[in-house]
Amino acid sequence: MSGISRRRFLAASVAGCAATTLAGTKKALASGSFSGYPEGMGVLVDLTRCVGCRSCEAACNKEQQLPAPELPFDDKSVFDQTFHDGKQLRRPDENAYTVVNRYQPASSDQPVYRKVQCNHCSEPACLTSCFVNAYTKTKEGAVIYNSKVCVGCRNCMIACPFHIPGYSYSSAFDPVVKKCIFCHETRLKNGLPPACVEICPQEALTFGKRKELLKIGNNRIQTHPGRYVNRIYGEKELGGTSWMYLSPVPFSEVGFDPNPGNDPIINQVKDFLGTVPMVLAIWPAMFAGFHLLAKKHDGHEGHDQTADKTPGDEGDEQ
Amino acid sequence: MKSLIKCGVKLVDSPTNKESRHSWSLKQKLFFGLTPGQYFGQALRNPFNWILGIIFAIGLPLIAYRYLFGLGVVTHASNDYPWGLFLGFGLFAMVPLSASGFMLGTTVEIFGRHDFEPIERLALLNGLLGYFFAVVYLLVDLGQPWRLPYPMVVSFGPAAVLFLVAWHVATYLSVQVAEVSVAFFEWIGWLGGNRFVRRIAIGLTIAGIILSTLHQGALGALFNYAPGKVHPLWYSASFQWIHFFCSSIPAGLCMVIAVSTIVKKTMSWRCDRNFLDNLDRCTLGLAKGASLALITYLAIKLIGVAHDNEWGYLATGWGAWFMAEIGFGVILPIILFAYAIHHRKVGLARLGAFITVFGIVLNRLNTALITFNWQLYQEIPHVFEVLITITVFAIYIVVYRFILYRLPILYVWKEQPQEALAAEAVKTNTITTAPSPAGALYRRID
Repeated sequence: MSGISRRRFLAASVAGCAATTLAGTKKALASGSFSGYPEGMGVLVDLTRCVGCRSCEAACNKEQQLPAPELPFDDKSVFDQTFHDGKQLRRPDENAYTVVNRYQPASSDQPVYRKVQCNHCSEPACLTSCFVNAYTKTKEGAVIYNSKVCVGCRNCMIACPFHIPGYSYSSAFDPVVKKCIFCHETRLKNGLPPACVEICPQEALTFGKRKELLKIGNNRIQTHPGRYVNRIYGEKELGGTSWMYLSPVPFSEVGFDPNPGNDPIINQVKDFLGTVPMVLAIWPAMFAGFHLLAKKHDGHEGHDQTADKTPGDEGDEQ
Repeated sequence: MKSLIKCGVKLVDSPTNKESRHSWSLKQKLFFGLTPGQYFGQALRNPFNWILGIIFAIGLPLIAYRYLFGLGVVTHASNDYPWGLFLGFGLFAMVPLSASGFMLGTTVEIFGRHDFEPIERLALLNGLLGYFFAVVYLLVDLGQPWRLPYPMVVSFGPAAVLFLVAWHVATYLSVQVAEVSVAFFEWIGWLGGNRFVRRIAIGLTIAGIILSTLHQGALGALFNYAPGKVHPLWYSASFQWIHFFCSSIPAGLCMVIAVSTIVKKTMSWRCDRNFLDNLDRCTLGLAKGASLALITYLAIKLIGVAHDNEWGYLATGWGAWFMAEIGFGVILPIILFAYAIHHRKVGLARLGAFITVFGIVLNRLNTALITFNWQLYQEIPHVFEVLITITVFAIYIVVYRFILYRLPILYVWKEQPQEALAAEAVKTNTITTAPSPAGALYRRID
């Protein structure tokens, strides 16, 4: 196998490289950063206003035609539910795209209720991790999902820093990812607020253009000193989200990761994606070079058997 | 098997039967020279087959159960641990253990180290089967496995790391099929195919290096999507892919040592002298390579800790577990290999290889499952998930063995001209201990 002529060697290398390049050219094109569509909509969640009535959960259930819950939506005992030895509160899943949890912060006597749903990131981790491009960030601000192409690898669930997407594991033949889609199909794309916002009796949820919501949020923080911590969670976190939070207590006390960083998740992966075209371009010549270098030293000890090496063969390689 | 060979059974190791001078039929080749009665007799006498039978009796219905009723009935259906044992072990551990194909391909074809040729085919086959069964595990785990080709033909997500993994594993599987097909073409007797593959061997090998570098690394980069979920000691923003790529090198080399050890112990009748006589030397050679890679891996793991300034975590419980993984899975084999290579103790090198394999599997399980969601709670896989994982691994062993029994992986296919064959047939019939290739088989077993 080592008595290969230069022409054959080159032909084979080219064939091999062509095969690899075909597989490789389509990727690693992610670059730049994206801070959201300028006219994108969002929701500002004010935790000081939420009283834990769970009417948003009920509205979501109805709007998205989800199965009826085990306990009715006016049952407050769900706030006492914990899972995995008390380490976890309720989370969104295939049967509920949003849940409200109760926290007892150390720095306050009053409990704080927090609504959890997809935050509709400007640069969503789920979208950038999906190898069939099932996710779309719409110009209205929603992160929607196309179940028709989903293979079910569940990488989006690995990637989501907020633990949002759920999977319908119970389905054998059509399992899909289930998550809040900002009521995109039925409401958002017609300019209507999502069902949860519309029903909220406390006006804890404010629907509007994201850039307006930031102004409203900052305004509330300034006009009510002492009521809020000076942070709009989601303004910059993980590249910014369309759903944002105001809180009366430090965010770590109501279940948020206090330091998720301001880079979108995709930035963690760009270093690697950047090396891909380099490896594709450099490796063929490098290893072909190693091969040529190694062949000239084919006589050293440790070889029990060397294939047809003739002086002519060596000359051919040069 | 040994007793059958003692009784004079001829194994298929060349295109023609030396006694009758007739070509072996496909059926004879499939029974590798035994009669059906002998074949099933030896299969039933092998206690390992009974163990496999028990595993399949439990596991195959479970796999059917999973496909009929969904993933939810065999796993905990966790939204927090979307990747369980099927991927944590089946994909993330099987793939590095299959780096052997490109390592030995590079050694022999690129660097021209033909002294490693006796073990090259075993390494290539190990690579092919490891990847193939990683895909099988994937098919068990995917929600809609029938859509596996979607990233290739239906919808492209080119900026996703998994897209790269999918394309590269698919391409590399084809490359490995081509590499291993040489043995199949010899066995089936189609020399044209053989010549063609040999002609493009260098190209295939280089393609293999590129694809392996990228997707071994990409499996690591997949965890870059979860910076807050993987424990910082197992996560490196800058070096995750290099950690995975670098550790796949000792993993692949040590898997070949481990498999060759098992092969030598359990099916030496199928190995020829070329394999058996060179195995100890090759093992030490592979151990040298593995120890260099392990030392490099240890260095870059520590650089990873230093780069992100994670020393403080070492004092925690997770830190102790991290040091246990590194101490047992990396440092201990380095010491064993150093001693084994210096004193030429092959058995010790084999022990080191088994420990390295264990260490790399532990690293992948730690990254994907054990330290994943370290701030949430610990997921213990469902018992059915464990059983299905074992069952798929048992299928892997059966397929592996099926091929090793038949194709010229552990022995060299003899392509003799007819006259020499006739002469040899006479010789082996009269003096069974003659140092002819066929006689060698008898001698070794005696």
